Amino acid sequence: MSKHIKTVNKLNLQETVKKGGCGECQASCQSACKTSCTVGNQVCAK
Amino acid sequence: MIHKFEIEGTKIVLDVNSGTVHVMDAAAWDVVDDFRVLSEEEIIAKHARKYHPEEVREVLAEISRLVTEGTLLAEDSYTGGVPVYDAPPVVKSICLNVSHDCNLRCSYCFAGSGHFGGNRTLMTFETGCQAIDFLLAQSAGRRHCELDFFGGEPLMNIETVRKLVSYGKTRAAGKKKEIKFTLTTNALLLNDEITDFLNSENISVVLSLDGRPAVNDAMRAMAGTGRGSYALIRPKITSFVNSRNNENYFVRGTFTRYNLDFSRDALHLADLGYRYISVEPVVGSPAEDWSIKEGDLPEIFNEYETLTGEYLRRMKEDRPFEFFHFNLDLNNGPCIPKRLSGCGAGHEYMAVTPEGDLYPCHQFVGREQFLLGNVLNGVTNMELVNKFRQAHIYNKEKCRSCWARFHCGGGCHANAELANATIMEPYHIGCELEKKRLECAIYTQVLKAGYNEI
Repeated sequence: MSKHIKTVNKLNLQETVKKGGCGECQASCQSACKTSCTVGNQVCAK
Repeated sequence: MIHKFEIEGTKIVLDVNSGTVHVMDAAAWDVVDDFRVLSEEEIIAKHARKYHPEEVREVLAEISRLVTEGTLLAEDSYTGGVPVYDAPPVVKSICLNVSHDCNLRCSYCFAGSGHFGGNRTLMTFETGCQAIDFLLAQSAGRRHCELDFFGGEPLMNIETVRKLVSYGKTRAAGKKKEIKFTLTTNALLLNDEITDFLNSENISVVLSLDGRPAVNDAMRAMAGTGRGSYALIRPKITSFVNSRNNENYFVRGTFTRYNLDFSRDALHLADLGYRYISVEPVVGSPAEDWSIKEGDLPEIFNEYETLTGEYLRRMKEDRPFEFFHFNLDLNNGPCIPKRLSGCGAGHEYMAVTPEGDLYPCHQFVGREQFLLGNVLNGVTNMELVNKFRQAHIYNKEKCRSCWARFHCGGGCHANAELANATIMEPYHIGCELEKKRLECAIYTQVLKAGYNEI
């Protein structure tokens, strides 16, 4: 049990190269922004 | 690479390459930077005045375990090249400028009051059909395509919009695809009939309103009279939002250096009962008086923190609102290929003018050196497509060393070009704002997950 560090999420972005890239997710500018590219807040469509 | 930041006493560490977020106590926070640099004995000696050696050993053991797991100080595997960029480009999303005319005259409009520097024209149904055919053909194996009705003001060409939705649905079904339609409007022409159409077709709608009446009216004036638009638009947006049970929309505002206290505008929109809100920094030439300046950043950062506090407070009080830039799924966010492609402008995403001309995105429309082709003849400037495709985070010097690179996707190309005359160097002020928003977004996720205390 960690005493000094709490891990909030379990994620390994580097691993997503293997199964990702299907391209079915929404283009970031189509959701709301149109002026301020933000990709990390998009939802994976898988 | 890690990024450390602290909000309201919560010490947060983002492990950049794995995307993992950790909350640390003071000892771990102080020691983590030394882990790769110093030996255990050196670290213990360095922190001896503040921490007992046993405590430092505990911290080092925890860090070591996370490093082994690959969730702390993880390496980046793809700095030498990205395998997903070998395939031919696929266009899956278009911004259809059905109207290069507008019934507002917003001072900051990147479309130059709707016409993008050209004529005030409306797209014909035939050109719209060609654009849809282009999208369905270029999207190759992708099942989900997107089309945003944009302008100018798209409701000025509503009959064409209606016919194109019908055409698009039929053509997509024939190819076993789906087109997700969105529409971005200033709401001025919204009425019951158009509302029924948008609701029955399940079209996501982005409604523009900047916030408080005086703030909105200072920038968003009516064409012709020059009067403010708030009094006309606000009731229409409220009626529209209520008609769809407060779902499937965003009310979107722009802030400028005239309302650096924009948290009040976001909260004004929330107070009006709107649940899905986005308030974004203005984009424009740095020479404009209303554009955000470097010296404005500290005040804007404070505003984002103020907004974060209120966002969390209202969530706790069970009267939540969504703020677009605070949306973040730490567990199931986009994959690396998506994060590299960013907005996809110029290769996955293109804008179409009323004449059918193709541009990398809606903001490049009218910048003639960025003309990609036409929906009838397809993309003819493949060199430019490849240039956009290669303008990803590993190829941009400033992005390679930035902690936010997997979240912003390299930033907005149009902003970069406007500020630096190249898409290879991101817009500095945009980057600074993005990083602050991201810290606030991560902090809200940490609190939502209940990890703020350690």
